[in-house]
Amino acid sequence: MSSDDSPSTDADEEIPKHGLQGPHPDERPHPTGRRNSQGIRIDPAVEAEHHPRRAVISALVEDEPGVLSRVSGLVSRRQFNIESLTVGPTTVDGHSRLTMVVEEPDPGIDQIEKQLAKLKPVIAVGELDDDMVRTELVLLKVEGDEPDKVHAVTDMYEGKTLDAGPRTITVQLTGDEQKIDDAVDAFRQFGIIEIARTGQTALARGDQATVPGEEPGTSGEPTTPANYDD
Amino acid sequence: MSEPVPPTSEDDEADGAAEESTETGTGPTPVTTGASSVIRALENAGVEAAFGVQGGAIMPIYDALYDSDIRHVTMAHEQGAAHAADAFGVVRNEPGVCLATSGPGATNLVTGIADANMDSDGVLALTGQVPSGMVGSDAFQETDTIGVTTPITKHNYFADDSDSVGDTVGEAFALAREGRPGPTLVDLPKDVTLGETDREPGPAKTPKTTTPKTVPDDDAVAAAARAVEDAERPLLLLGGGVIKADAAEEARAFARNHGIPVVTTMPGIGSFPEDDDLCLSWAGMHGTGYANMAVTHTDVLIAVGTRFDDRLTGGIDSFAPEAEVVHIDIDPAEISKNIHADYPVIGDAGTALDALSSEVAADPDTEEWREQCLTWKEEYPMDYATPEDEPLKPQFVVECLDEATSDRAVVTSGVGQHQMWAAQYWTFTEPRTWVSSHGLGTMGYGLPSAIGARLAAEDDQEVVCVDGDGSFLMTIQELSVAVREELDITVAVLNNEYIGMVRQWQDAFFEGRHMAAEYNWCPEFDKLAEAFGARGWRVDDYDEVADAVEEALAYDGPSVVDFHIDPRENVYPMVASGGANGKFALTEDQL
Repeated sequence: MSSDDSPSTDADEEIPKHGLQGPHPDERPHPTGRRNSQGIRIDPAVEAEHHPRRAVISALVEDEPGVLSRVSGLVSRRQFNIESLTVGPTTVDGHSRLTMVVEEPDPGIDQIEKQLAKLKPVIAVGELDDDMVRTELVLLKVEGDEPDKVHAVTDMYEGKTLDAGPRTITVQLTGDEQKIDDAVDAFRQFGIIEIARTGQTALARGDQATVPGEEPGTSGEPTTPANYDD
Repeated sequence: MSEPVPPTSEDDEADGAAEESTETGTGPTPVTTGASSVIRALENAGVEAAFGVQGGAIMPIYDALYDSDIRHVTMAHEQGAAHAADAFGVVRNEPGVCLATSGPGATNLVTGIADANMDSDGVLALTGQVPSGMVGSDAFQETDTIGVTTPITKHNYFADDSDSVGDTVGEAFALAREGRPGPTLVDLPKDVTLGETDREPGPAKTPKTTTPKTVPDDDAVAAAARAVEDAERPLLLLGGGVIKADAAEEARAFARNHGIPVVTTMPGIGSFPEDDDLCLSWAGMHGTGYANMAVTHTDVLIAVGTRFDDRLTGGIDSFAPEAEVVHIDIDPAEISKNIHADYPVIGDAGTALDALSSEVAADPDTEEWREQCLTWKEEYPMDYATPEDEPLKPQFVVECLDEATSDRAVVTSGVGQHQMWAAQYWTFTEPRTWVSSHGLGTMGYGLPSAIGARLAAEDDQEVVCVDGDGSFLMTIQELSVAVREELDITVAVLNNEYIGMVRQWQDAFFEGRHMAAEYNWCPEFDKLAEAFGARGWRVDDYDEVADAVEEALAYDGPSVVDFHIDPRENVYPMVASGGANGKFALTEDQL
C-alpha cells in the first residue's frame, strides 16, 4: 500500500492510470488441479461426481405452530429436491415425527440433514437405513362401471373399499412405493377419476432408533389407537 | 410508520401507569404488563441500547421503555434501526436490539434483518403486531411478520402470552448470540404486551434443541494437525467467525507459532494485523493479488469461521484447486456446503485453534513458501497512480483518513466501489473495527451502522463512515439522528457521481452502456449536511484533503466530507464473477 502523503509523479511510471501493476494473468503460474461442482478436489483416478439417490430422512420436532412451514420453506429456498413430506404426532406430547423422501446426491442429503437440524424446533434428524419399515397410503377413486373387477384388483393389492356408489368406487391401498405405483397402473383400466397419496412414512427396523438419540419404547405413554377403521 | 391506532381504554390505562413512575430513577420498576416484562428481560440480558421507530402496535413496549435505563435511539427509518443494531452488535460482540411497529415498520426492518442473517450478526428485533384477535383479518398495519421473516432469521417467535413473553424475549436474545450468531425476532401482539402480569422473566435460556458443539473431537483435530505438519504451502484463511468467536488472539498465535501465512475474508478483516509480514490481507473478487495467489497455490488451507461465499471463492472449480481443506466452524452445515472439507473440525474457533496448535507437533517447513508470499506482495503491489491531470483518487482519501485516525478507529461503509477501496487501502489491525455489509451487499448500510457503532465504541475510538454517493443517498435521513444525538461521526463520501460498481461492470461487460448508473443529480452533500445541522466540507483537490480530514475528525459531532473523486477510477484487482482467483485482472483490458 502506498503511504505517500502527496501525489507523486516519478514513482508512478509503471503504474497504469487506472489499475494496478504486476504480471499479466497469462504470465502467472496456474495450478492444474480442479474441483467439481460440489467443491470436491477431482482425483483423476476416482469418479468424483455424486449422483442423486433417494433417501428417507426422519426428524423429531417440537410440535409448535409453523413448524411445517419452516421445514417446507427451508426445502424450497435451498432448492432441495423433495418427493414427499409427511408429519404427525408421536406418543410424546408436543413432539411430532416428520418423514421426508428426497432425491439428492450425497452432499445434498448431508446438507438437508444439517440444515434441518439447525431449525430451532427440530430435536433430532437422521437418514433411515435401507432396511427401514416404510409405507404409503393412497386413495383411488375410479369409475363404478365394473364393481366386481374393481373389488378383485383391490383384493389383489390387499386394499379396502371405502366407498362404492352408482358412479364411483373409492379404494384405499397401503404399501411401499413400488407396490402403490403398480396398483395405480392396474386401476387405470377402470378409469381413475381422482387420486390422493400421502407420501411415505417410515420407522427404523427392530430396536434401532429412527432418529439418533431417540430411545424406542421409552417415549412415554402410547396414544389412543387411531380408529379410522370404524 | 408511526400512525397510531385510536386509543382504547387499555391504552389510556397504560399511559397513566407510565406517567406515575417517571421519577423512579435507580430501582427497577415492578413488572405489571407483558411489555414491562419484555423490557425487564432486555435489562436482565444486559442490553444498554436499542434502536427503533415508534408506531401503533409497538406503543406498549415504548411506554415500558419510558421507565428503563436502556438508551433508546429513535431512528429516521426502521431499516436504519436494524443496521444500527447490527453494527452495535458487531462492535460490542453481543446482539444489538431494534424495535419497530407492525406492518410497514416490520417490513422496513426486513433488509436489515436479512443483512444480519447473511453476515451472522446477532440482532434481536422486536416488532409490534395487531392484537391476537385481529391477526389474520387484514387489520390496519397488519403483516404476517413471522411469515415474512422466517427465511431471514435464525428463529422467530410469535408471542401469545403476557406471562411468558419476557422469557420468550430472553430466549430470543440468547439464541441470537449462541453458537453461530444471527438475527432473531419476537412478534408482539398488542394485547399480549398490554396484558397484565406480575411475572418476572427468568434468566435468559437458549432453547434446548440448539446447543452447539464447542469443543472439537480429538480425532478430528489430530487428523487436521497431521495435514498441517505435512504441508509445504499452508495458508490460514480467517473468516468473520474468528471475530465473532473472539478468537483473533488464538488465530494470531497459531499463525505465528507455526509460521503460517494468513489471508482473511472481507468479514474477517481485523482478525489479523494487516501490517504483519505474515498477513496477505483479504482474498476474493477485489482482494489483493497476493492473497489470491496464495489461495490459488496453497496445498493445505486452514479455513476458520468462513462459509466460502462465492465472492471469496470465485469459480468453485479453480478455488484452492490443489489444497486439502481443514475447515473449522461452529456450524456443521457450513462444512462441505460449498467447498469440500477434507478435515472438518466442528467447534468454537478459539478452542479449535488452540487444540490444533498444541496438536501440531512439528512445524511445517514454510520458509520457502513465506518467501514466495513476500515475492507476490512485491509483484502485485496495491500502489496506485495519482496523475496530476486527473481528478482526486479515492485510494488517496482512504489512506489519509487511515493515517489521521488511531488503530482502533471503527470504519463503516456502504456497498460498492467505495467499500472496496476502504477495505483495500485502510490498514486494519484490530478486530471489530471494520463494520460493513458483506453477504447481502446492502447499499445504505454505512451511515446507520456508523450511528450504531458510535454508541457501541469507546469514546477514544473514532467512527468513520466511508460511503459512496449512491449508498449515502439511500439512508441519508439518519443524519438527523446523528445530529439530534450529538454523535461524533465522520462521513467521508467518495463521490464519483455514479453508482460506481455498476458503471465499472457496464464498462467491462456491457460495452460502456451506462444505463441508470449516472448519479450526477445527487445533492451537494456538504450543503445538505449543514441543512441537517451537521458540518459539511467539499473537497476536489489533493491539497485540500488533509485539512478537511483533520477538521472533520476534530469536529465533535456529525461531519460530512464530500470528496469529488475521479469518476473513471475502477476497483482492482478484480476476479470476474465465477472466474479463477489466480487470474485476477489488474486493469480493465485483462478482464
